[in-house]
Amino acid sequence: MIEVRYFARYREALGCDGESLPWTVELDCLDALRRRLLARGAAWQVLAETSLLCARNQELCSLAEPLRDGDEVAFFPPVTGG
Amino acid sequence: MAIRVQLAAFQPGVELEALHAANAGIGAVVGFVGYVRDYNDGNAVAGMTLEHYPGMTEKALAGIVEQARARWPLLGVEIVHRVGQLQPGEPIVFVGTASGHRQAAFDACNFIMDYLKTRAPFWKREDTPEGPRWVDGRASDQAAAQRWE
Repeated sequence: MIEVRYFARYREALGCDGESLPWTVELDCLDALRRRLLARGAAWQVLAETSLLCARNQELCSLAEPLRDGDEVAFFPPVTGG
Repeated sequence: MAIRVQLAAFQPGVELEALHAANAGIGAVVGFVGYVRDYNDGNAVAGMTLEHYPGMTEKALAGIVEQARARWPLLGVEIVHRVGQLQPGEPIVFVGTASGHRQAAFDACNFIMDYLKTRAPFWKREDTPEGPRWVDGRASDQAAAQRWE
């Protein structure tokens, strides 16, 4: 399984803060997971934003980052703390 | 080296004094305080909610502090960041750096804020007369962080 989490504006647009999904070999990187989520429909197109940030196991990474069973993945808009 | 992400309000002056009190070899302390403003992008702001990614937030801040310590001879670093509901005028963030001499403390404080603003998973949502709105990331913050690379 992989744990997927959504934050801030994405969380609101998607109406959920996260979900557990079964990992399969096709989900070999974060972008493969993102493309699968985009295929769900209109609300999910926020994940197509070019400014999207992502993290694997709580570390910022690129969409090319490999994905493994048991990983925690997060998608979120640019951060605005401070 | 203390990192606190908290709902409760804090007093920047108390944090600044504690940073110096920890080590008599400290000759310079620099403190940055970020506050909630009562306006932004042409709108009045009545309050703000700060969301974060528990777990990742603390790790990201610890990583930023580690990088600062590798670059400058620091004798102390403290980061306090509020989450939850905040009112205009309240401190959001405190970053304090301590060193033997001023330049390292100034530069490290600046570096930590630039990286915090672009890499630590916090998000601001402002309450305006037209309703709540998420604050957008700024290109100027990205440029500020890139100058350290």
